[in-house]
Amino acid sequence: MTQHTQELRKLIAQELPNLDVVLAWTHGHNSLTSTPLFITTQEDLEKLDSGPMHVQNLAAYLPSLKGRKVGIVTRGCDSRTIIELLQEKLIERKNITIFGISCSGAVNIRAVRRAVNGESVRSVQADGDSITVTTNHGTHTLRMQDVLMDKCYTCTNQTPIIHDHMVIAQTADHVPGDAPQTTLDALDSMEPGERFAFWEEHMDRCIRCYACRNACPLCVCKDSCVAQSRDPHWLDQSDTPREKLMFQAIHALHSAGRCTECGECERACPMGIPVLAMKQALNRRIKHLFDYQAGMDAQSTPPLFMFRQQEENIKERDAR
Amino acid sequence: MTTARFLKARDIAPWLEELSTAYTVLAPARHGDTVVFRDFNPANGIDMEHLSATPAKKALLPPCETLFEYKTTKTEEPPYKTAIELHPTLPEGKVLVFGARPCDARAMQIFDRVYDGNQARDPYYTARRNNATIVTLACDHQEETCFCDRVGGSPVDATGSDVLLTPLKAGYVAEALTDKGETLLNSTTFMKADGLKQEALNARHKMLEQVPDRSSFLDMERNLLSLFSDLGFWDKTAQACLSCGACTYLCPTCYCFNITDESHGDSGKRIRTWDNCMSSQFTLEGSGHNPRPTKAHRMRNRIGHKFSYYPQLHDKTLACVGCGRCISNCPVSFDIRNAVACAIQQADAAREHAHD
Repeated sequence: MTQHTQELRKLIAQELPNLDVVLAWTHGHNSLTSTPLFITTQEDLEKLDSGPMHVQNLAAYLPSLKGRKVGIVTRGCDSRTIIELLQEKLIERKNITIFGISCSGAVNIRAVRRAVNGESVRSVQADGDSITVTTNHGTHTLRMQDVLMDKCYTCTNQTPIIHDHMVIAQTADHVPGDAPQTTLDALDSMEPGERFAFWEEHMDRCIRCYACRNACPLCVCKDSCVAQSRDPHWLDQSDTPREKLMFQAIHALHSAGRCTECGECERACPMGIPVLAMKQALNRRIKHLFDYQAGMDAQSTPPLFMFRQQEENIKERDAR
Repeated sequence: MTTARFLKARDIAPWLEELSTAYTVLAPARHGDTVVFRDFNPANGIDMEHLSATPAKKALLPPCETLFEYKTTKTEEPPYKTAIELHPTLPEGKVLVFGARPCDARAMQIFDRVYDGNQARDPYYTARRNNATIVTLACDHQEETCFCDRVGGSPVDATGSDVLLTPLKAGYVAEALTDKGETLLNSTTFMKADGLKQEALNARHKMLEQVPDRSSFLDMERNLLSLFSDLGFWDKTAQACLSCGACTYLCPTCYCFNITDESHGDSGKRIRTWDNCMSSQFTLEGSGHNPRPTKAHRMRNRIGHKFSYYPQLHDKTLACVGCGRCISNCPVSFDIRNAVACAIQQADAAREHAHD
């Protein structure tokens, strides 16, 4: 256990008597995977682990725990989700206790599997700027900077923007590295026809499990989602790329200017479909039109939550 | 005496191409970074090494199938009577699943008891079933998430297969297990290999020796039932669950469906699509009442169905084949093995407590 994790456990142990539950991580079925941990007792606390293998954005659980006293272990990127949830009044600040940790980057499981040529992973050891992966064929040492989640390469918030407690001990510096080409970059260089073909091809393997939606911390309709509604009937249940893409378009539009690009939608997709790119494309428009980034300031109002007669960057009247 | 033939690794693609004239061939192949069962196309290659993310179940239960098409017509004069024309669309054509794993093939027999049993016979399912041939690839290793051995199967089990392929160096020994399988092995692509039968058997024995000795999940129907009203247990079990449907859609034994009419103007089709018990709409009634209102209720049902209700109805056969796809593809790494093991422990503890 790292010093970082020890310190985190100590902080949580002090606050636990005042809280109903603390959201953290523990290891999953192997050391490459992590799973959210709901701490209510000292015994639970002993299972807590944190590090580059612990990837879920725990803030996704906060709206469902509204009204309870909740502690949450939070990285920089996750803190942006919490801020957005506060802005939208989906959670109450007084009920949330934030245990901030500084993050050196989170590992992208798919990138690890690619790097070991799909060999069956037996165990993983993270060690500062490298990770050692043992597979059924042997051992691979990978550079951390080659297997991070896309969002980590452009991360500007290694520490949470808001927090109540902060773990000081740090395991490693943020691992810099050249950002790989993102899906959005690739889409930018395509003609519209190619772009459509790209999505048609990817959506073909979508199984409509809606893990992208259910993992999204800002998808708050959940049980009343238009994807399954018969009235209105925006989508039919046919298994066609058209219907599946329509859902992605709706998801992206609903999260425009709200999405903090935490990447949970893409990470959760069991089919590995790069669904984050659509949200990033819309966020780029929001940044251009409103000079706004979601989840940076709890006091501000998201641009699509208000109405101005004359927007600074939308010259609607002039165009007329 | 079953027939055995040898299939060289490099002959697989030509053989499947040959079969493609008579069958729709489904084979595991890469799609992006993911291995899925898809229509065989030499350009996509075949992936024989990895357990596919999707099971082979779509051969029998497609994610979406048309039950019938309809068209309505209205008389032009009052009283504007509406007439409806129906066109049933029974599935036709033969399907060959190549490279199913033993878990996939066993899972299909779990469907058979439901869709082609004594109580009900689904014409769409039985048409597909009768037209399907399953060529199974025995596993040469277990993934960390595999547990077929704990639910009554094995990595080299031939149950439900028409042909079993056993990997040897440079190729596969193909053994026919049914008449359908015998027909397949008549292809000139194969080399005679009755002498390799023993070698294949040895290879399978070697695989079985690698299977760890661990506890079984069989015969625990009553255990799970005794936890039915312990909602606290299910609450804790389901805490991290996102209530998405990844586990059920990737499960080779999950067979629940939804039926909807999708109309466009005056015509449309009635379709049957995969549905999933982890969704709150699954049990939402017309009145607005939902008998499984929380994810804890839904998790109880998913685990209960696989390990208790189904076995009680069907000769103690579990509705889980231990492929582990629900574990390896879960966004929060929910591990059904842990959940079942905890349930056994909890039920045992409760029983002991009752005897105190």
